[in-house]
Amino acid sequence: MIELKDIRKVFNSGKPNEFAAVQGISLSIEAGKATVLKGPSGSGKTTLLSLIGCMARPTSGRIVLFDREITSLPERFLTEIRRKTFGFIFQQFNLIRGITALENAMLPAYPLGEKFSSIKKRGLHLFELFNISQKAHSKAEWLSGGEAQRVTIVRALMNNPSIIIADEPTAHLDTKLSLEFMDILEKLKEDGKTLLLASHDPLVYESKVVDRVVNVRDGRIEGAEE
Amino acid sequence: MTKWIERHRNILDFTLASLLRRKRKNAALVSVYTLIVFLLASVLLFTYALREEASILLQQAPEMIVQKLVAGRQEPIPVAYIEQIKAVRGVSSVKPRLWGYYYDPIVGANYTLLVAEDPLINPGSIVVGEGVSRLRFVSPSDSLEFRTFQGATIELEIKKVFSSEFGVVSSDLILISADDFRRVFGTSEEYATDLAVNVRNPKELPTIALKVAELLPDTRQILREELLRTYDAIFNWRGGILLAILFGGVLAFIIFAWDKASGLSVEEKKEIGILKAIGWETSDIIRMKFWEGLVVSLSSFLMGLVLAYVHVFFTSFMLFEPVLKGWAVLYPEFKITPFIDGAQVASLFFLTVVPYAVATIIPSWRAAVVDPDSVMR
Repeated sequence: MIELKDIRKVFNSGKPNEFAAVQGISLSIEAGKATVLKGPSGSGKTTLLSLIGCMARPTSGRIVLFDREITSLPERFLTEIRRKTFGFIFQQFNLIRGITALENAMLPAYPLGEKFSSIKKRGLHLFELFNISQKAHSKAEWLSGGEAQRVTIVRALMNNPSIIIADEPTAHLDTKLSLEFMDILEKLKEDGKTLLLASHDPLVYESKVVDRVVNVRDGRIEGAEE
Repeated sequence: MTKWIERHRNILDFTLASLLRRKRKNAALVSVYTLIVFLLASVLLFTYALREEASILLQQAPEMIVQKLVAGRQEPIPVAYIEQIKAVRGVSSVKPRLWGYYYDPIVGANYTLLVAEDPLINPGSIVVGEGVSRLRFVSPSDSLEFRTFQGATIELEIKKVFSSEFGVVSSDLILISADDFRRVFGTSEEYATDLAVNVRNPKELPTIALKVAELLPDTRQILREELLRTYDAIFNWRGGILLAILFGGVLAFIIFAWDKASGLSVEEKKEIGILKAIGWETSDIIRMKFWEGLVVSLSSFLMGLVLAYVHVFFTSFMLFEPVLKGWAVLYPEFKITPFIDGAQVASLFFLTVVPYAVATIIPSWRAAVVDPDSVMR
């Protein structure tokens, strides 16, 4: 479903601080499975996630998504793919302060041109599903770590994407909340979502939910574990 | 189409929520913005309304005034000239006018004394402007004292005080009978201050004026159009002075607004990154910033304009009254009739709203074209 062919990503190209974050990675990710990119900080996991999630373009190499070559697509199409295909769960949650949890979760749906009332209805339904209805109208900055995490999950699911990308999702959660998060991922997998995670937390890569662990180090793949 | 509207609605909804998040910053911005629009609009509305009022008033003025000149100064004109002017083809009527200025040492003000044909104004009685009544604390049936040219004192009874409809011109006016006028100033029966001439066809006015000039070389002819131009110039000049003073304030605001609108805080940049990462297009972000700029500038513009309207037409230009009105002790107190020049309001709109909206878009565009993966790092 996702094919990476000899992907390289170089930052600050041609400058003294040139840095190759990803150095010739080829990888194939299956649909409906949970894949974890495992590796230490600075190994290139996050860069790889952002390349797959159409947030950045590789310096060289090709990415094929659902049999469509996406690396050469113009910005507008990439945004559309990002909006419809991917749901993102960020390490820092990245909720917008000052607006409510519900408004944060509804944001990805705004540019779709859908009726406000139906976006809101869908949002409230998801809040109920993740057991945080009582926090729907709380300001984002008032939420606890676990609540903020759930709001980002709701936001990631807002446009009903087929692939969920999570970058170090348990970095700011304690063990109990981390396990709860993995339970949620299990449910999402049962619903047919493809899960792609980057983590160096054993709670994540050793979880039974995970189908495949890919070791990344110094921008290269070390060898896949099944 | 519905999708397009809903998309805009949703983005506008988020914009409004965003604006409310930074209440203090935006409230400060809107207040300063409103104040600037208010000041500019006040001056523009006021000068325009004043000019309109004066020109309406002058429409009732004679089409041509003939004055006698001696050594470049105006002198009383012989009444005998009337017949000579009447003989010029195209002249329909010639009337003598008697008017002059009277200095009142008690209050240090100058009044304009004008002889008018009015049943109320018989010898011994006068009608005074609202300003005179205010300054001398007099009302109908009171008397005003005048010193004649020979030093004697005469008392004239006030029959009526003018309504202030055309206060700007009539505030210092006193209407007096011809007999009393001649008693005060000593003007002989054979002379008038000037002559008011009306013609049958206004298009012939310049030709008739030339003919009168040839016939009576010691006179000058003042056409109504020239008076209108003079009024225009005076009010424009006064408005200009105030605008020049305001210019400093406007400049300060432009710098302030440019800074506020064009600089993006770290938080705002991060927000743009988040929105892009979750699927907003660059155009959606520019749209959002455009709405933001428009909401701030349009609401400030409308508030400033409404406040200026109230200031000019309901409180009689309270703040700048001394600068723009009257040049004597007698500041007229009056409400001006609202006249609004659409072109002026439009130019104010384009000078205040459009630059601000543009200033908000440019930096957002710069921020929005950056790859959204910045939020991942």
